[in-house]
Amino acid sequence: MSLLAQASEVAVSTPSVDWWGVMPLLLLAAPAMVLLHASSLLPRVWRGFYTGVTIAIATVAAGFALGLWSRVMDPDRGPFSTLGGAFGVDGFSVFVTVLLCVSVILAALLADGYLKREGLEGAELYVLLLLSASGGVIMASANDLIVMFLGLEILSLAVYVLAASHLRRFASQEAGMKYFVLGAFSSAFFLYGIAMTYGATGSTSLIGIRTFLVENTLLDNSLLLAGLAMLLVGFGFKVAAVPFHSWTPDVYQGSPSPVVAYMASGVKVAGFAGLLRVFYVAFSSERTEWQPIVYILAVATLLGGALLAVVQTDVKRMMAYSSIAHAGFILLGVQAASSEGTGAALFYLAAYTFMVAGSFAVISVVSRKGDAHSSLEDFKGLSARNPLLAAAFSVMLLAQAGVPLTSGFFAKFGVIMAAVESRSYWLALVAMGSAVIGAFVYLRIIVAMYMSDDHADLGVGPDSDAGEEAALGVPATVWAAIAITVGVTLLVGVFPGLITGLARDAVPVLVRAAS
Amino acid sequence: MTLLAQIVTPNWYLVLAAVLFTIGAVGLLVRRNPLVMFMCVEVMLNAVNLTFVSFSRALNDLGGQAVVFFVMVVAAAEVVVGLAIVVAVLRRRPLATADDVATLKG
Repeated sequence: MSLLAQASEVAVSTPSVDWWGVMPLLLLAAPAMVLLHASSLLPRVWRGFYTGVTIAIATVAAGFALGLWSRVMDPDRGPFSTLGGAFGVDGFSVFVTVLLCVSVILAALLADGYLKREGLEGAELYVLLLLSASGGVIMASANDLIVMFLGLEILSLAVYVLAASHLRRFASQEAGMKYFVLGAFSSAFFLYGIAMTYGATGSTSLIGIRTFLVENTLLDNSLLLAGLAMLLVGFGFKVAAVPFHSWTPDVYQGSPSPVVAYMASGVKVAGFAGLLRVFYVAFSSERTEWQPIVYILAVATLLGGALLAVVQTDVKRMMAYSSIAHAGFILLGVQAASSEGTGAALFYLAAYTFMVAGSFAVISVVSRKGDAHSSLEDFKGLSARNPLLAAAFSVMLLAQAGVPLTSGFFAKFGVIMAAVESRSYWLALVAMGSAVIGAFVYLRIIVAMYMSDDHADLGVGPDSDAGEEAALGVPATVWAAIAITVGVTLLVGVFPGLITGLARDAVPVLVRAAS
Repeated sequence: MTLLAQIVTPNWYLVLAAVLFTIGAVGLLVRRNPLVMFMCVEVMLNAVNLTFVSFSRALNDLGGQAVVFFVMVVAAAEVVVGLAIVVAVLRRRPLATADDVATLKG
């Protein structure tokens, strides 16, 4: 309608742009493009240059996002939207932006040592990480379902390539192909969901949809329900919820470890950000319709992830199933459909970002050249070979199990409290059961690292060069990543107030365009 | 002509789009040639485009037609990435079908 009105006038009015509001997004995407072109024009530079530049870009973007935080938290100014109301800036989007920048920084730290070890060149991995994160920022800020779709695709297309980025490993290319085929499949469902929602409500704008649903009672809401279900399929795939999880173990096992660290942290954060924004905010009046579906998804994800992790023998696959179980815990917060639930989910995502990045830092080192030694056998006797690495991995695994004095405890506590407050008692019980089963998996890895005495045979297989490989050279950047993640996990475990307050303030809101 | 316009309502196009979407989805699941699988994804995306245009006509709202351009751009980008991955796979394993690409399992 508004487009028609504009077309009849001579001058086309363009929406105003609040440049400060979109600055974190621009600071991620534009320098990434420059970096890509510079890397192809410049002669080969020192390897660490790209890592340093990537970390600097992500740090500056996070810094600008933190600047926005004080602006949106200021009661006089508050959240705002720009670009014709399609791009919202609120505490929620700022929180998620900072998390995505953190996961890019951690993945870049891991990538430096990884690329050197595998003999891979170039800046592409870093550029794709930054572009993917910019897609995640768009998802967290989208006030329109089409913008959400564009963000989802920018996020995903970069990650498909990242998964396949190891040129000499067929497993990596297989992971990329599987991820791409299933990802494109789920994107098509997501888009069909948008089309049906558009047909049912007459708008793709989240504000338009919410206004329509609040003001009108649909006599026949089957179209809307079909749309909701298909949107849920799209998000469920991105966050690896159980009926849509089948890609996760293969892709986690085949992809380069630094990429998996980003997939498990950044992609999950962005997926949940989009899920919360669409369902908790835009479809808040329909919560009685979607809460039961999310309830069932959460139960299936909690049990499926935890139970299937038990039978795995490969640590990367165990981590894949454990990341599925973690998605189930975060779904608890989504299912609550309350500001407590949203805050708990955001806290969980923040804690999980550090836990999983630290875990894959250790796995990446232990997998050694070729990224192939990630079975439980390869972790046997790690405490004797590298006590510090084993200790760091233990902290990460205990945090994932939800042991007190780690951030994982408060993360699980928060989402279960949110479920109890929304009277989903059975769901809370299932979550606790899943945590117990999950603890078995994590303890199994710890037992292998500490209580196994057959580490002497490590690296003396028929085709391994025993001496230097068994020593496990750990690059300084990986130590830095491990120090950051262990430090944050323990610090937040002792002082959870550092993040809980921020997560509670970061509730998503919708703001109309200024004009 | 006017008679035909009265008979053929936007609902016809919605049903056609749903049929096309189903053909694409089923095709992706049953076909094993990677290239044909990508074609099926394209069919699904274009079925959604048809849905958007039909709703746009039914609701008398141009927004749905603008969406189609975004979807076309995304579909093109998706083909670029998808074909690159397929070429990378087929260079390592010529004439591979989706069933042959199965080294990862557990």
